[in-house]
Amino acid sequence: MQLFDFNGGVTPDYHKEASTQSPIAVSPAPTFLVIPLHQSIGGTPRPLVSAGDRVLKGQRIGAADGDMSSAIHASTSGHVVAVEMRRMPHPSGLSALCVVIKADGRDEWIARQSFDYRSHTAAETRDYLRDAGVVGLGGAVFPTHLKMSPGKGDKLDTLIINGAECEPFITCDDLLMRERAEAIIQGVVILRDLLAAGRVLVGIEDNKPQAVAAMTAAVQAGGHQDMAVVAVPTRYPAGGAKQLIRVLTGIEVPHGKRSTDYGVQCFNVGTAHAIHEAINLGQPLISRIVTVAGNVAAPRNYEVLLGTSMEALLTQSQPLPDTDRLIMGGPMMGVSLPSKDVPVVKATNCILAGSKKLFPPPPPEMPCIRCGECATACPADLQPFELYWFSRAKIFGKAQEYHLFDCIECGCCSYVCPSHIPLVDYYRFAKSEIWANESEKAAADQAREQYEFRQLREAREAQEKAARLAARTAAGRAAATNALAVASDATSDATPAAAPVAKSATTPATEPAQTPSPQAALIAAALERARAQQVQPANTTNLTPEQQAEIAAIEARRAQIRAQAHPHLPPDD
Amino acid sequence: MLAALLVMALGAVVLGAVLGFAAVKFRVEGDPLTEKIDAILPQTQCGQCGFPGCKPYAAAMAKGEADINQCPPGGDEGIRKLADLLGREYKPLSAEHGVEKPKALAVIDEQRCIGCTLCIQACPVDAIVGAAKQMHTVIAVQCTGCELCVPVCPVDCIDMVPVAENITTWKWKYPVVAIKPVTTH
Repeated sequence: MQLFDFNGGVTPDYHKEASTQSPIAVSPAPTFLVIPLHQSIGGTPRPLVSAGDRVLKGQRIGAADGDMSSAIHASTSGHVVAVEMRRMPHPSGLSALCVVIKADGRDEWIARQSFDYRSHTAAETRDYLRDAGVVGLGGAVFPTHLKMSPGKGDKLDTLIINGAECEPFITCDDLLMRERAEAIIQGVVILRDLLAAGRVLVGIEDNKPQAVAAMTAAVQAGGHQDMAVVAVPTRYPAGGAKQLIRVLTGIEVPHGKRSTDYGVQCFNVGTAHAIHEAINLGQPLISRIVTVAGNVAAPRNYEVLLGTSMEALLTQSQPLPDTDRLIMGGPMMGVSLPSKDVPVVKATNCILAGSKKLFPPPPPEMPCIRCGECATACPADLQPFELYWFSRAKIFGKAQEYHLFDCIECGCCSYVCPSHIPLVDYYRFAKSEIWANESEKAAADQAREQYEFRQLREAREAQEKAARLAARTAAGRAAATNALAVASDATSDATPAAAPVAKSATTPATEPAQTPSPQAALIAAALERARAQQVQPANTTNLTPEQQAEIAAIEARRAQIRAQAHPHLPPDD
Repeated sequence: MLAALLVMALGAVVLGAVLGFAAVKFRVEGDPLTEKIDAILPQTQCGQCGFPGCKPYAAAMAKGEADINQCPPGGDEGIRKLADLLGREYKPLSAEHGVEKPKALAVIDEQRCIGCTLCIQACPVDAIVGAAKQMHTVIAVQCTGCELCVPVCPVDCIDMVPVAENITTWKWKYPVVAIKPVTTH
């Protein structure tokens, strides 16, 4: 079949042979497992267990927080020791919430049941995969269930299975394909059926002939006419999703678009294997293959329970005495870890021991000479030197205009830079600054909205209060006006001699009945209202003479006491 | 001569009508400068600038009645942005209006809260929930850290807790170039 090409890329030393000499070894279950709740893109799962609980292998211990999240499971049976903050395999060395399990050594599974995806709806299958904790195992740990919906059309033209594994030192996918090709293909069949894909292309770099042979044999054994295993030229980063899509189909996914818009979707071989285990075997994602390589005596691939300490894993490969750092991932895209005492997580495809000899410190950074080597090497067709200028000068808006977020941080630009500028470090800095600014801005916008709403509410409340007051006053005014009208009618009709009658007719407070002023009428009305509001005690009326006499006696006693207490004060009335 | 006058007069009438129409049709509601300044301000609504909120301060700056260095939560970066926008000279944060502090959130000590609702009334962004004689609590994501609730509390049960960095808010640092001494022979 015809293959295409992507621009740029580099061909570093691969160092893959050492770790492919021996088969995948099963790393023994450790005594303590530290399982971080947040292991994928999206929200942090909610813990479902607390200290003291007994858990079984494969039991869900963290529930996905919304759809943009993925569940977490216990990797072995045992007791939960604590749900607490532990150091994460992250360049910051910061802590996050982890479930710490003390293994009981019995490795007792939950009841495993296969999931018949053919008799369930697509939405149910997606929920099942979310609750089985299946995420992309190529390194990006994007929840797989979110990639399970076909694009704009109802069917996908091409399903791409990514076995390229282009990064130096890493061989976990290579070994997985060599040893478990049938399982991978069974996972691919599920993906093909769910996405209604027209054809399936398995892309493997041509430096892995054994993996290509194993996968081809598995495809033929399964009799899948619509699947093809394709050896692609070895050039870093051929394993990037967009690069592999371009090599296999010739489709270039533009900025801001998804590959599904063009009828293509891409999954890693490890992910396909995890889907097979989750759906056909009923086993959630609790382990993965990890390459341990670099400055170690016995580089090898291990099947590791998630939550195993990296230090314990590294010890099995006998790190050399001059090992001075630990890298999670490969030498191009991996991140340096500040500590060995961190757990293996779903994103851990490789643990690379480093030393000064293996990875000599880069020569000092020199000024950019605008040679353009980085632009030639960039597989995302960006202009890395422009991004560098803008990131360095903190002109983030311009960096975004030059599509900073299309950068896949593959490190080709830094690799070829003759001035040894750590370009990717600048891009990572700029990206995290932009994200921080955006979230700050979102928070400020929310605060502004809340503040304006409060202003609005206060204004409305004040208005309502004023309206209530006005309504009451208006009622009073109306009553007064009526009274006034009655009074004026009386004065105009009657002679001055009849004035006392008019006076009593209006209100006793209005003194000159001949000229009752509106103000006086209002005051009278207000007094009337006030009087009406005054509550008369119920027990002061209809008193018997005895009671009245008693009250009088009490009052007299009171007056006497008052006079004794304050002889200089006038008596109270 | 007359024809020329008529033509000019007609032109004046037509153009006048067009301008009059445009003035009504494309009228700008509100002051766009105030909006732009308000977008730079951090929306803490803390009143440290001497105005009752960010919007009034923005309006005062737009009118030239307030200086650009009165917003402590906006900090140095905010002052620089305002100086850029308004074409004014940068000046350091005025000391009488406060000092720049790392962002903190109000946290109510539940043991001490007596449910007096005074903090609820003081919060400019309605980020405190509670009712009379019921315990109050702060909605952390909505708290701007303005500290307005702190002085009104009669039992001093509100503490400002600085926001700690976590995995999701952690930022890659600016690459630092190591400087090494050069030995010359």
